[in-house]
Amino acid sequence: MDVLLQQIVNGLVVGSVYALVALGYTMVYGILQLINFAHGEIVMIGGLTSLFAAKGLLAMGAPPLLALLVAILAAMIACAIVGVLIERIAYRPLRNAPRLAPLITAIGVSILLQQLAILVFGRNYFSFPELISKAPIVFGPITVTLNEIVILLTSFGLMAALLWLVHNTKVGTAMRATAENQKVAGLMGIDINKIIAITFAIGSGLGAIAGVMVASNYGQAHYYMGFMLGLKAFTAAVMGGIGNLWGAMVGGLILGLVENVGLIFVRGDYKDIFAFVVLVLVLIFRPQGLVGERVAERA
Amino acid sequence: MADMLFTAEGVTKRFGGVTALDKVSMEIPRASIFGLIGPNGAGKTTFFNTLTGLYQVDEGKFTFDGKPLNVKAPHEVAVVGIARTFQNIRLFGEMSVLENVMVGRHVRTKAGAFGAIFQTPATRREEAEITQRAHELLDYIGLSKRAGDKSRTLAYGEQRRLEIARALATDPKMIALDEPAAGMNATETIALRELIERIANDGTTVMLIEHDMRLVMKVCQHLAVLDYGRKIAGGTPAEVQRDPAVIKAYLGGAHTEVTK
Amino acid sequence: MAGMTGILQTKRNQMIALAVLGVLLFILPFAAGALGQAWVRILNITLLYVMLALGLNVVVGVAGLLDLGYVAFYAVGAYTWSLLASAHFDLHYPFWILLPLGAFLAALAGLLLGTPVLKLRGDYLAIVTLGFGEIVRILMNNFDKVGLPWSDETYNITNGPRGITGIDGLNFFGFKISKGLELFGLQITPLQLYYFVFLAFTILSIIGVSRLQHSRIGRAWQALREDEIAAKAMGINTRNVKLAAFAFGALTGGLAGGLFASMQGFVSPESFGLLESVMILAMVVLGGMGHIPGVILGAVLLSAMPEVIRYAADENMQQKIFGIVLIAPEVLRNLIFSLAMILIMLFKPAGLWPSPEKK
Ligand SMILES: Nc1ncnc2c1ncn2[C@@H]1O[C@H](COP(=O)(O)OP(=O)(O)O)[C@@H](O)[C@H]1O
Ligand SMILES: [Mg+2]
Repeated sequence: MDVLLQQIVNGLVVGSVYALVALGYTMVYGILQLINFAHGEIVMIGGLTSLFAAKGLLAMGAPPLLALLVAILAAMIACAIVGVLIERIAYRPLRNAPRLAPLITAIGVSILLQQLAILVFGRNYFSFPELISKAPIVFGPITVTLNEIVILLTSFGLMAALLWLVHNTKVGTAMRATAENQKVAGLMGIDINKIIAITFAIGSGLGAIAGVMVASNYGQAHYYMGFMLGLKAFTAAVMGGIGNLWGAMVGGLILGLVENVGLIFVRGDYKDIFAFVVLVLVLIFRPQGLVGERVAERA
Repeated sequence: MADMLFTAEGVTKRFGGVTALDKVSMEIPRASIFGLIGPNGAGKTTFFNTLTGLYQVDEGKFTFDGKPLNVKAPHEVAVVGIARTFQNIRLFGEMSVLENVMVGRHVRTKAGAFGAIFQTPATRREEAEITQRAHELLDYIGLSKRAGDKSRTLAYGEQRRLEIARALATDPKMIALDEPAAGMNATETIALRELIERIANDGTTVMLIEHDMRLVMKVCQHLAVLDYGRKIAGGTPAEVQRDPAVIKAYLGGAHTEVTK
Repeated sequence: MAGMTGILQTKRNQMIALAVLGVLLFILPFAAGALGQAWVRILNITLLYVMLALGLNVVVGVAGLLDLGYVAFYAVGAYTWSLLASAHFDLHYPFWILLPLGAFLAALAGLLLGTPVLKLRGDYLAIVTLGFGEIVRILMNNFDKVGLPWSDETYNITNGPRGITGIDGLNFFGFKISKGLELFGLQITPLQLYYFVFLAFTILSIIGVSRLQHSRIGRAWQALREDEIAAKAMGINTRNVKLAAFAFGALTGGLAGGLFASMQGFVSPESFGLLESVMILAMVVLGGMGHIPGVILGAVLLSAMPEVIRYAADENMQQKIFGIVLIAPEVLRNLIFSLAMILIMLFKPAGLWPSPEKK
């Protein structure tokens, strides 16, 4: 029972990070019907950028909190720029191309970013400085760290902020309109290209923060860290119902929970299987995802 | 009573709150041309979609060729002998014009993967038959010259005719055409009218959804008029044109003129 | 009359082209062998990729079902061979049992995957197939200690990440391929013998796949890809047709997997990761989806390109040109490779050699 509680907490922490990354996938998918395969690499860039920024600042004698905030900002800016550039260069020219063409460029971009990261940062596993205390805090049967509490609260805060942005601002309305029907949105005077760029910037910014969280939580970052994470986050997005913000969040949390609670029953080697087994089960019974709505085919 | 190929009895179909079809009944005599008309959104396409198994009816039933028409999957309808075209053309764009028609033969042929890989005599014979029949049908609709082109390169009117040929390739007893004249110019429409009459003369029953009233009144022997999912009138073209309910529906929701 | 001779002429030209190609394909392994046996191995791997790309093309290019886990079927074929013809269990079944068995089991796996995902559309299908591929890889990694819930004993089935070594070669009825062959004074190495076996299977695959594509079932696949609703209205049972596509694609993959294991003598889960599936998909799309010559071109390009770059961009070459090693060769290779993928798609979205407009 105690183990269960502990794993639920761990699952929520990991799941909230999945959810942030999943949002990036689902936002892009919602607007372009494109699997942005390179999104995992955005998360990686966020992790590495923040790591080096934080180390540099600490070396200059900055206090940890300041170093953290600046590092996050640097990561967000770097990721937003890379995200917007990718869209502009690799996806936009293919908006009317055969459906698989942008998927292949996305895969190409993903490999390219990994190689560039090796060139810029190197191949090593770099250790992330402890900016927020990771000393265990015991609440009865549960042990957490301040770092984990901050991750959990920040994620939920960011998700709430995104929902607010999408539902209560002009930009958000334009994003929803574009996702609904690009042509009509364009006719209503919405600058489609700008909205798509903003979507990439926001998604990448969230990815950057997720990268910082993962790096700080595991205490390390490397050029390959985005791959499995991206895969699972995308799985979470699909499980929730791709294109749907709530779906990404629910999917991410459920995935984190299933993985960690599952560890009680099955050996850790199989951990990575859970994600996919759960996905397959969910899609068999709800092909539209957990939160997605069922669209009848029209003829 | 004449020999009825197709009947619908009390067919109802709802989408959430919208009742797209409300207890619709009709009968179509064999080898006749039957028109289904009504303003936009009246439920005509939905009627086709239910009778071809794309949607399941909520209430009511169909009979076809003297037997109840119980389709659980859309592909079973072609087997029974009903073929259709689509309001928003649905050709196989990257396939050639000829191949599109050849796909129509699928349901009347049976070669499998084994036969294809080893090119068994039976498969080769069947393949030759399919090709020949497809060429005949292209002749029938006058598209032989374009046989090798990808179907998406055809002009609009040609695409509509190709859809008809593809449907005819399934050897249907009844062919259901959803607004075949939409987007056609006057000459093309006349050619279409001749084609429809030829199909009926050759023994295939035609069910026609059409907005071009001139065409409908000329070719159809019987009509049914839908409005907001309900059948408001039925009969010969002359009877329907005089029906006050029809005139009201068309003037009220006016998209098309009835008379002329 | 003039038309007749015209046809004859092109027929003749075709025969000549085919003959030239045949001679080239015959000389190729010997020319490569002169450079070193490593190059013959590259040729052989290229042939396997051609088979894999052709198989995946049935699923993705012809039937339009996006499969990101295709390499799983390759793995099924490879592991079938490896487990039943190696020192691991000390089983040594002959090739004429193992190749068909591997292909059959792969096809079965294809049906197993296909059945639950039939209702899924497009990108949902992609992610589920991706998940399936990962599941197969993780199982291979962990089936070195399979335990039963009621006992502590564990069984080593796949030998886990260490992989299986000492796999039997492709021996023909008592003839040991590893010994090579001397024919009319011509010394043929084992790898060159594999080349000819693989070439034969590749040619058979090309014939089989193109016959399928131009048959009743091939047209049904294409119809499904173009418009599922219209395909149904034509009386096509889309469920069966989809399953057939999955099964045939998988079958080809399983066959290639068995051949791969026999040549390598060693297999491990590492060879069957997501990136491998992605590469095969890239071959199909970059070459020209649904168009067999294009797919072959894509497979040859993408499997040969990294090797050529590896050679051209190695340390010595960089030393000669720049005086120092600027970039690790491996990184440079992947950089060029990924850039090429992006650029080809940007400039030729339908692939390098798409199916012609007029048939
Ligand atoms: N798949 C569907 N989901 C929801 N509503 C539908 C669907 N198909 C049709 N409808 C609705 O049913 C009504 C009839 O549509 P339709 O049959 O297309 O009309 P018509 O073909 O006569 O112009 C319309 O109100 C339409 O919006
Ligand atoms: Mg309609």
